[in-house]
Amino acid sequence: MSAAARLSFSVPTGPLPGAIGRDMSSEQPMRMNISKLNFYYGEKQVLFDISLGVAAARLTALIGPSGCGKSTLLRTLNRMHETVRNARLDGEITLDGQSIFLQDVTQFRRRIGMVFQKPNPFPKSIFDNVAYGPRINGTHRPLSDVVEASLRRAALWDEVKDQLHKSAYELSGGQQQRLCIARALAVEPEVLLLDEPCSALDPISTAKIEELLVQLKESCTIVIVTHNMQQAARVSDFTAFLLNGSLIEFSPTPQLFTTPADSRTEAYITGRFG
Amino acid sequence: MTARMTPRVLWRKSLSAVMLSLTGVCAVVAVSVLFLILGYLVIHGGRSVNWDFFTKLPAPVGELGGGMANAILGSAKLLALASLIGVPIGLFGGIYLAEFGGHGAGFVVRYAADLLNGTPSIVIGIFAYALLVLPFKHFSTFSGAFALGIMMIPITLRSTEEFLRAVPLALREGALALGANKSRAILTVVLPAAYRGILTAVLLALARVAGETAPLLFTAFSNRFWSPGWNQPTASLPVMIYTYAVSPYDDWHRQAWAAGLLLLGLVLVINLVARVVLLRGAAARRS
Amino acid sequence: MPENNNPVRGAGSSSGPRSLFSRLRQGDEIARLITLLFAASVVLIALAIVYQLWADSALSRHRFGLHFLVTSVWDPVFEQFGALPFIYGTLLTSAVALLLAVPLGIGAAIFLAELAPQRISAVCTFFIELLAAVPSVIYGLLGVFVLVPLMRQDVQPFLKSTLGFLPLFTGPAYGVGFLTAGIVLALMILPFIISVSREVLLSVPRDQREAALALGSTRWESTWKVVVPFARTGIFGSIFLALARALGETMAVTMVIGNTPQIAASLFAPGYTIAAVIANEFTEATSDLYLHALIELGLVLFLLTFILNGLARLLILLTERKGAEVRA
Repeated sequence: MSAAARLSFSVPTGPLPGAIGRDMSSEQPMRMNISKLNFYYGEKQVLFDISLGVAAARLTALIGPSGCGKSTLLRTLNRMHETVRNARLDGEITLDGQSIFLQDVTQFRRRIGMVFQKPNPFPKSIFDNVAYGPRINGTHRPLSDVVEASLRRAALWDEVKDQLHKSAYELSGGQQQRLCIARALAVEPEVLLLDEPCSALDPISTAKIEELLVQLKESCTIVIVTHNMQQAARVSDFTAFLLNGSLIEFSPTPQLFTTPADSRTEAYITGRFG
Repeated sequence: MTARMTPRVLWRKSLSAVMLSLTGVCAVVAVSVLFLILGYLVIHGGRSVNWDFFTKLPAPVGELGGGMANAILGSAKLLALASLIGVPIGLFGGIYLAEFGGHGAGFVVRYAADLLNGTPSIVIGIFAYALLVLPFKHFSTFSGAFALGIMMIPITLRSTEEFLRAVPLALREGALALGANKSRAILTVVLPAAYRGILTAVLLALARVAGETAPLLFTAFSNRFWSPGWNQPTASLPVMIYTYAVSPYDDWHRQAWAAGLLLLGLVLVINLVARVVLLRGAAARRS
Repeated sequence: MPENNNPVRGAGSSSGPRSLFSRLRQGDEIARLITLLFAASVVLIALAIVYQLWADSALSRHRFGLHFLVTSVWDPVFEQFGALPFIYGTLLTSAVALLLAVPLGIGAAIFLAELAPQRISAVCTFFIELLAAVPSVIYGLLGVFVLVPLMRQDVQPFLKSTLGFLPLFTGPAYGVGFLTAGIVLALMILPFIISVSREVLLSVPRDQREAALALGSTRWESTWKVVVPFARTGIFGSIFLALARALGETMAVTMVIGNTPQIAASLFAPGYTIAAVIANEFTEATSDLYLHALIELGLVLFLLTFILNGLARLLILLTERKGAEVRA
């Protein structure tokens, strides 16, 4: 979809839903909206009545203890849950005001990028990894330009520009993850989802990626799941705290971490559980 | 469903649907081969598997009628003796690998077993011929059983080792702690714990050699009559099937179908029993 | 594996710990020796086979040397023996078998690993593994009575009329021949390709496929461009294994190939394979040289399968290692 077409959709704005006990009357343009989402694996319900908005050109973090459903929630945003046989979803999710479920899924997924917990480059060269998305989706620009631009956005270009034809597996873990980010960026998604992208990486790689995410969010809305609260505090603009499948609190990051509204939020961020 | 698609996406999705359907067709073809084989055997051989077939000797060449009693008995003798040769070697060899073996010796033995497994059956037939037919200048049941026995070794060996290794350490140590020495522990505790898997392996090995024809062609050869003892050539089901199928006689063709049905039935039943034994064992262990 | 170097003392030993100890150890020693003997016999048999193949082909090897492999004359009367027609037939039928079985097998494996629901996949795999247990002579039986007439009456004339301009599809339609043998072999090796490929495909990490889907791939694109390439080493391994199996197949081939030692361009022509000629002529070998020539053919076959099996095992090992690496 061309940038012009994308921009011509009305981007809904409004107070951030789900903010409990806060006066959130400041207007925030919202890229995506989740409303009254209930999610089931077969008979078992894992997400309960979740409503929140993903602010455009901002980084939203989803935090919570293991098993609270944050990854499950993330995966609904690009309809990845549909690859699981007995996953069921109730509620609405919109991108730029349009329901994501009424679009063709293959076309839709191009608009949302995903980076996984463990770096998972394809068994191809660095170039072919990044070029995969543009190749299957078609692109007007020459591939080499697209690949270079994506690698630059992922802060990896300088390290690999001379070895584009080497296998992606020859890169270090941190480099592989940045490659996966570049690969996701190559199709120019409107939203980028990252599921604990640094949990398998060393501190230096983690720092590099956090830095790159902060720069990236201006041009790309980001949602990140993390179990590392300090990371959430460092990079995100908004933070949502989930517990046992429910959204407990959703506020601008500085507020959530300094003056949380809910006692459970406070208990989690002070390390009393999780 | 307001799914608008660009022409390119439409093309890609259609291609996806077509290719994935084709893979389904491939799977259907693959599975149906088994049923086709069974179907043909039942249709062409079903009515010929009668009392005569089981009790009569082959009629003189060119005459109608007769049966395959000698071949059925011959196959039974071959398989019994083959088991006697192959199973102990595989079993005790497997015990050695699992319980006593060192790294180097283990590697060599396993490699040799894999070598035997990958050797074409006709080459094993050549070996048995050179060893047991040539020096004595006649074909024999014994040489045929020897060839088949060799073929049973690799499966039995690898499976015995695998199932013995799978017995939990706790079981072994329990026996040792009660004062059993190692061989006692193996005999009374470990082997019984692994017996299901080993039995399955033996059955599967048996099923595999039951159908083997090539090594028998110049070891057990064939026989139009009974073959007393172990030192004479003997008829066997697979060789009879082959001989009758390539012959010019229609009656022999009919009997070949019957023999084929019997042989395949036997092989499939052994396979099914083996798998059920294993599955039930696995379920029992889990509960 | 509990390598028990510390011997266990029996409870309540009466006559001094030392003698009981040595008695116990002896029991273990005997067990160890007996089982070692059996294990060693496996190695012995393997070595004996190799030795015998080598020794009992001496006459032929010394007479013909390496020319044996490239001579195409097989004349028992004048005692001229060359392996070329049989090597040709073996390789050609195996090639045809692979050409047919690989696409079919990989296609079925993809369906069973990626598309079919668990239950159906398990049931189908069960039946396909049963197919692997069907004896060669049964395939031969069906080959002779079902496939050969089908080829002679329908398939070969059809191919002739449509593709007859190619030298591959010329000549009389006997029904038997390289093509028929190739088809039967394809059916026989199909289960191996399917079951190994299916397992390899199932072991590809889920997030490979998910990453492809997340980039907007269709299911086919994610399967074909990402999952299958990830598993390609293991799939090649399965192909080598299948090929090794095909090379050694005797009965089904000899029943449908026409048993004529010749090198012909057409797939309709009758031919011969190494295993088939050994099966047919072994008992009729009138002279020692004849017998040795046949055994030398057995040696060639053995070496071919040995190399292929080795490659196959290497490839499957490499796949397992790659999977572990990527996951680490």
